[in-house]
Amino acid sequence: MSIELALRRFRAVLSARNKEFMRDRTALGWSFLFPVLVVAGFAFAFSGEPPAEYKVGVIGAVPATGAPAFYATRHIDFIPAPAPADAVTKVERHQLDMLVDPAARSYWINDSSPKGYLLERILRGSGGGDYRKQTVSGRAVRYVDWVIPGILAMNMMFGALYGVGYVIVRYRKNGVLKRLKATPLNAVEFLAAQLASRLWLLLTVATLVYAGTNLFIGFTMNGRYLDLAVVFLLGATSLLGLGLVIAARISNEEVADGLVSFIGWPMMFLSGVWFSLEGLHPWLQQLALALPLTHFINAARAIMIDGAGLAEVAPDLAVLGAMSIAFLALGAWLFRWEQA
Amino acid sequence: MDALIEVKNLVRHYRGVKAVDGVSFALRRGSCFGLLGPNGAGKTTTVEMLEGINRPDSGSIHYKGEPLGRRFREEAGIMFQSTALQEFITVRETLQLFASLYPRTLPLEELVATCRLGEFLDRDARRLSGGQRQRLLLAIALVNDPEVIFLDEPTTGLDPQARRNLWDLMEAIRARGKTILLTTHYMEEAYILCDEIAIMDHGRIIAQGTPRQLLATHFNDVILQLPETDLGPAGAVLPEAGQVRNGVVEIATADVSGTVRGLLEAGAALERLRIRDRTLEDLFLELTGRELRA
Repeated sequence: MSIELALRRFRAVLSARNKEFMRDRTALGWSFLFPVLVVAGFAFAFSGEPPAEYKVGVIGAVPATGAPAFYATRHIDFIPAPAPADAVTKVERHQLDMLVDPAARSYWINDSSPKGYLLERILRGSGGGDYRKQTVSGRAVRYVDWVIPGILAMNMMFGALYGVGYVIVRYRKNGVLKRLKATPLNAVEFLAAQLASRLWLLLTVATLVYAGTNLFIGFTMNGRYLDLAVVFLLGATSLLGLGLVIAARISNEEVADGLVSFIGWPMMFLSGVWFSLEGLHPWLQQLALALPLTHFINAARAIMIDGAGLAEVAPDLAVLGAMSIAFLALGAWLFRWEQA
Repeated sequence: MDALIEVKNLVRHYRGVKAVDGVSFALRRGSCFGLLGPNGAGKTTTVEMLEGINRPDSGSIHYKGEPLGRRFREEAGIMFQSTALQEFITVRETLQLFASLYPRTLPLEELVATCRLGEFLDRDARRLSGGQRQRLLLAIALVNDPEVIFLDEPTTGLDPQARRNLWDLMEAIRARGKTILLTTHYMEEAYILCDEIAIMDHGRIIAQGTPRQLLATHFNDVILQLPETDLGPAGAVLPEAGQVRNGVVEIATADVSGTVRGLLEAGAALERLRIRDRTLEDLFLELTGRELRA
């Protein structure tokens, strides 16, 4: 009986919030348009031929003296490859044009890579004639394939922080919360409805944006969509929880806006949305691990690009789950209806 | 006395000031209780504690003998001084939203008829006139068929037609046996609607009773009104209780015959002399002073 009434109150608030959002055409339009524009912009910006630069991974040290002249060729970038298996994967994805193992006198190229073919000719003509050839195959992973999980996750982050954080603060400021406090509605019912409304929207936007841009761009997807959905669900929940914490007490929209930016922008840059974190200062990398978005993007990329399953991204999922619980609990505990 | 709500020794500090300082009163079942006072007297702070919005620093509030709780929230109807409604939803949807929050509700048609919302039922709640908006807020306060209704300055800012219209609605609610707590600074409103009045100032109740009792207790005189120009030479010997407002001299006196005789002897022309009763406004100004409040 009591549960039934609680569910009725939850549904009523959820429905009102959904109506409000769906009828606010500008906010609704922007929610869909923004990520599409970003994805389209990146697909266009990186659609040309990559710069003519040759990348060769080297297992072990580059031999100094008595080595084939190949290693002194100009315009070839020799990159140390400490983990041979990862380096082979990079050849498969065209991230490395060739991988050589000077000690074992062998090399790997991708049979569909023109640069690999040219490098092979150079190697054979400059002292590497006896190197053993190994062929791998695989599609090139374009930057847009790599960046799409980041863009979708970033869009969810801002959607969650603004859609929950900012909106609840606005309700508190203009007195909507005060009015609701005077009814039998309790805080958990109210917050659950706000989260459900936004979660539904975030997942819908992500699905439509992905499906829509995929029609034109054709993303690399080596994993299972169901696994990806689990990552997005958990990632969105953790970010919504963070939005709830932001919104718990503030009653000034400008302050909320500033705080969302203060948290959102550094998180965007530190979570590897746009570039890989490998080159980052070690303590920045540690800081990145404290951000939900980092784990969200890592897991999504592992599934889409490496074809990982849920078991392989379990550590990231565990962190996201723990953060979700912590943020939601903290947000609900800190929540006040009234202005301070 | 059959008290629906009993308030004892409420104290609340607000921004370092003792906004409410030991307020006690009881709301009788089926009565309309008016809380009056100048701006900043502590009316809204008091009412919001009764509504369960704010907690008192000390003191107690009992509804039907129990501390405020779920039962109170289900049985109370509240109209705040200013309330924002969720945007982009219509009047009908707003009522449905609030109706869904309560276990027991009035039929929508009845609310619409009572508060006369029919002509703008499907309009976005942001696009209402002041009077329409107050009628919607009143309808929200009534949606759960409450036993007690709190109305915090419901007619402030309305034009005279809308105000009278809202008074009619409040009378109709009272006729159904509901208990009402009304705050206002319109004395006429309090006089028409309230069975009992408390006047607050500086966080305390400084006078309480029925309007008639209050007037009888504080005043034993009437007011003589005479245009200032008709005073003639009597202006020089104007009694101390006299005041001039808008060119009219007002003289408070318990001895009408004596005062009139005195005026005649002093040479005043009394053709346009009028006598009026003391009003709540006189009492209000008498008790709270005439200086301007914030």
